[in-house]
Amino acid sequence: MPTTTPTHAPARSARASAVSHPPAWLVTLAVLAVVTVSIPLVYLGVRASGVPSSAWGEIFLRPLVGELVWNTIGLSVAVSATAIAMGTLIATIVTRLRIGAARTWLLISALPLAVPSYLASYGWLVLVPGISGFVPSWALLSAVTIPYVTLPVAAALRGTSADGEAVARTLGLGPAQAFWRVTWPQVRPAAIAGGLLVFLYTLSDFGLVAMLRFQTLTWGVQQAYSASFDRSQAAVLAMLLVVIAVVVVAAERSARGSLRRTTAIHSTKEPLSPSARVLFSLIVALPPVVGVVVPLIGLGIRLGEATTLRTFDPENLLQATTTTIGVSLAAALVALLLALPLAALAARYQRTWISTLEGAGYLSNGLPGIVVGLSLVFFSLSVVPSLYQTVVVLVFAYAVLFMPKALGTARASIEGVPADLISVARTLGASRFEAWRRVTVPLALPGLGIGALLVAIATMKELPATLLLRPLGSSTLATELWSRTAAGEFGAAAPYAAVLVLIAAIPAMILSGVRSVAKEEM
Amino acid sequence: MLSSARVRAAALVLGSVFVLGACAVPAETAPTEDTTPAEVAAPEALPEPVADDYVILYSGRNESLVQPLIDVFTEQTGITVDIRYAGSSELAAQLLEEGADSPAAVFLSQDAGALGALSLEGLFAELPEDITDRVNPAFTSFDDSWVGVTGRARVVVYDSESVSEDELPASADEIVGPQWSGKVGIAPGNASFQSFVTAYRVIKGDSAADQWVAGLTINDPQIFDSNGAILEAVNDGTLPLGLINHYYWDRLASERGAENLRAKLHFTQAGDPASIVNVTGMGLLKAQSFDLDALELISFFVSDEGQQYFVDSTFEYPLVPGIEAPVGLPPLGDLAVADFDLSDLATLKETQDLLRKYGLIL
Repeated sequence: MPTTTPTHAPARSARASAVSHPPAWLVTLAVLAVVTVSIPLVYLGVRASGVPSSAWGEIFLRPLVGELVWNTIGLSVAVSATAIAMGTLIATIVTRLRIGAARTWLLISALPLAVPSYLASYGWLVLVPGISGFVPSWALLSAVTIPYVTLPVAAALRGTSADGEAVARTLGLGPAQAFWRVTWPQVRPAAIAGGLLVFLYTLSDFGLVAMLRFQTLTWGVQQAYSASFDRSQAAVLAMLLVVIAVVVVAAERSARGSLRRTTAIHSTKEPLSPSARVLFSLIVALPPVVGVVVPLIGLGIRLGEATTLRTFDPENLLQATTTTIGVSLAAALVALLLALPLAALAARYQRTWISTLEGAGYLSNGLPGIVVGLSLVFFSLSVVPSLYQTVVVLVFAYAVLFMPKALGTARASIEGVPADLISVARTLGASRFEAWRRVTVPLALPGLGIGALLVAIATMKELPATLLLRPLGSSTLATELWSRTAAGEFGAAAPYAAVLVLIAAIPAMILSGVRSVAKEEM
Repeated sequence: MLSSARVRAAALVLGSVFVLGACAVPAETAPTEDTTPAEVAAPEALPEPVADDYVILYSGRNESLVQPLIDVFTEQTGITVDIRYAGSSELAAQLLEEGADSPAAVFLSQDAGALGALSLEGLFAELPEDITDRVNPAFTSFDDSWVGVTGRARVVVYDSESVSEDELPASADEIVGPQWSGKVGIAPGNASFQSFVTAYRVIKGDSAADQWVAGLTINDPQIFDSNGAILEAVNDGTLPLGLINHYYWDRLASERGAENLRAKLHFTQAGDPASIVNVTGMGLLKAQSFDLDALELISFFVSDEGQQYFVDSTFEYPLVPGIEAPVGLPPLGDLAVADFDLSDLATLKETQDLLRKYGLIL
C-alpha cells in the first residue's frame, strides 16, 4: 500500500525540505536497525521455504485457517479500535476536564500496562469461571492495552493548546464537535501510533486467548509447533500473521497524518457538574478495574484456596526480581538505541522509501514470541555461537521483539522539535551534531523515555523467548510464574505474580508523569 | 521539566549499563576436577568417553516435578546438572534448531512425539542396553533412541456435582453420544490427546476413527488449549466432562486438597482407547554422547529409586517392572496398550490429518 503525503503540511515541524538528502551514516544505521529487527522474518522465510510452494495452497485452504484468520482480524481490529477510542477519551478527561487529582488518575490509568495478559485472564477465570470466546477476550485485551493510547495521547494533549477548542466553542460548536474538529487532528498521530502497537500486541498474544479459548492464528501457530514438530509448516502459517501486519502497518501510515503542533500557552480546564465528574471518573477507572483490580482479586482468592504451598523461597524471588529488572533496563536501552536512527530518519525526511523502511521495523512485533525466540536460536548459533544462551543474546532478543514499542514515540518526539530552534542553533554557529545534541535530544528526551519504558514493561512480562534464550540456571519473574502455574500451583505463583505487577507498575507510573511536570507547575 | 526528565533518563541509562554488567551470567562454569568414572558402560561406538561431573539437561517436565530428583542425583554422584526448563515441544523445536551445536546432553520430554521428532532427525544416540532393558518394552522406543521414564493414563475427568457415576461413559464411543453434546472438553492440539486418537485408529481401524472424530465434531466439543485448563473448568463446575491425563488431578489435589475438588477421575473400561497410556521419556543427544555423566543421569531416572520417586511425587506409572503403581490407579495391564510406536511421526501425521479434516486443529 502506498504511503500518503499528509495534506496539511506541519506548521512548525522540523521536517527537512524535500531537496535535502539524508546523511549516509544515518541511512546506514537505520537500515542496520531494520535488518536487525527483521531477523525473525528472515528466519521465517528460511523455514517456510522448507515447504514446497505447491503445498502452500493446501496449508492455507485447511478448514480451520479461514476461521482463525477471521477471528484474528476481528479481535485485533476490535481491540485496537476500542483502545484508540477509550484511550483518547480517557486522556482527554484527565488532561482537559476538572475531575480532580488529574495526575493520580493518569497514573492509575497507566497501571494495566503492568499486568501480563495471561495473568489478567487467569484472575478473571477465577472470579467468573467459564468465560470464553470473543467478548471476554476483546474486553480484557482492551483493558490491558488502552494505556498504549492513553499515555501518548495525554502527552500530546499536554503539548497542545486547548485554546483552539475554546475558540471553536465560542463559534458555536458543541464540545464533541469542537474536539473532533480541533483537538483530534492534533492527537491523531499519537492515538493511531498507539493503536498500531495495540493491534500488533493482540495479533501476537497467546496466553490470554488460549486461556479464554478464543482461537486465533497465534494460537494455531503455537499449536503447529507443539503438536506436529514441523517447523516449516508452522512458519508458513506464521506468514499469515506477517501479511496481516504488513497491511495494518501500511494502513497506519496512511491514517496517521502528521503532527500539527501549536504551542500551549495556557489551558483552561472545563468546569464539571458533580454528576459529570462521577461519570467521567467511572470511565477513567474502568480499564484499571477490569485489567488490574479484578485479576488481582482472583489471584488472591486462589492463594487463599491453597492448602499446601511449595516452600516459599524469598531468595529465589529476589534473584528473579533482580534479573528481571536488569534485563528489562538493558533491553530498554538497546531497543531505544536501535530505534533512534530509524526514528530520526523518519521524523526528518519525507520519502516513500523511508516510510516503508520505518514500517518494516514494526512487522516482527506481530509475531508470536516462540517464533522470535527460535529465530534468535538460529541466528545466534550461526553468527555468534559463543554468546548463545548468554544474557547478551537474551537482551538482544528483547530489543528485536520490542523495538517497535520505542519507535513510534521516538519518531513523534523528534518530529515535534521545532525546526526554528534547530535553525537558530545552526545560525549561532552550532554544528549539525551540536544542534542535535543540544537542541533535539533534550527536547525529545521525554518522548524517547516513554518508548524505553514501554520496552522495559514488555520485557518484564515476556515469556516464550525468555524460556529458550535465558542463561542456564537464571530465571525471571515471568519464567518463575510460568513454572508454577504450569504445574497447577497457582497459590505458589501468587508472590511472583504480585512482584511482577508491582515492578512493572513502576515504569508505568513514571510513564504517566513524563511530559507533565512543566504544565502541572504552571 | 527538561532537567528532571533528563536526570531520570540518565539514571535509567546508567542503571541499565550497571545491571547489564552485573547480571552477565557465566556461560558455563563446569567443574572440571576428575572423579570416579561413571558406572554406566558406554556403547562401543562412542569416542573417548569423558566424565567431568557436569551435564546439561533440557527438561520439558516442570521444575517442581523434576528438580527434587535431580537434587538427589547430584548429592549421590557429585554431578552438577544445569537445566533449561520449558515446554517439551518448544524445547524439541529448539533442539532441532540447534542441531549438532546444542549445549544439551539429555532431553527429558513430556511426550513421545517430541522424542520421535528428534530421533527422526538423527539427533539421538542409541542408548546402551543396560538402560533400555530396564523398561517395559511396550512403553519405550522401538529402536533404543530414547527410553520411557513414566506413564500417564488418559482419563475422563467429570464434575461430580453435575454428573452422577452411573451416567459416566464406559468407552470412548459413548463420549460422542448426544447426551454429551456441548459438554465435553478436549485439547486437540495436545500431544496426549493425539496419542489417544492414534490408539483409537490402531485398535478400531481408520474408518471407525474417522466416524468417531466426525461424531465428536458434530457434538460441539469445547476446545481448550491444555489438559490443565480442562481440569480447572471441570473443577469450577463450568464443564461437565473432559479428556485429560490422570496425574493432573493429583497435582491439583496436592495443592488444594483432594477433598476440596469437585472434579473426579473416571477410567473407561479395560482396553478402551480412551484409557491409553502415554509415556514421558529421555534421549541422549548424539553430539554429547561421549558424556558419561549424561548416561548416568538417564540411568538414574530408570533406577528403582528414580522410578519410586515418580510414583510417590508425581503419581505416575513406573515403567520398570517390579515397582508398584501409585495407590488407587488401575493396574497398567488393564489399560489399553496399542501395538504402535508412540513416537512414530508418520502415524502421528495421519492422526493430525484426520483432526485437521474436521477442523479440530490447524
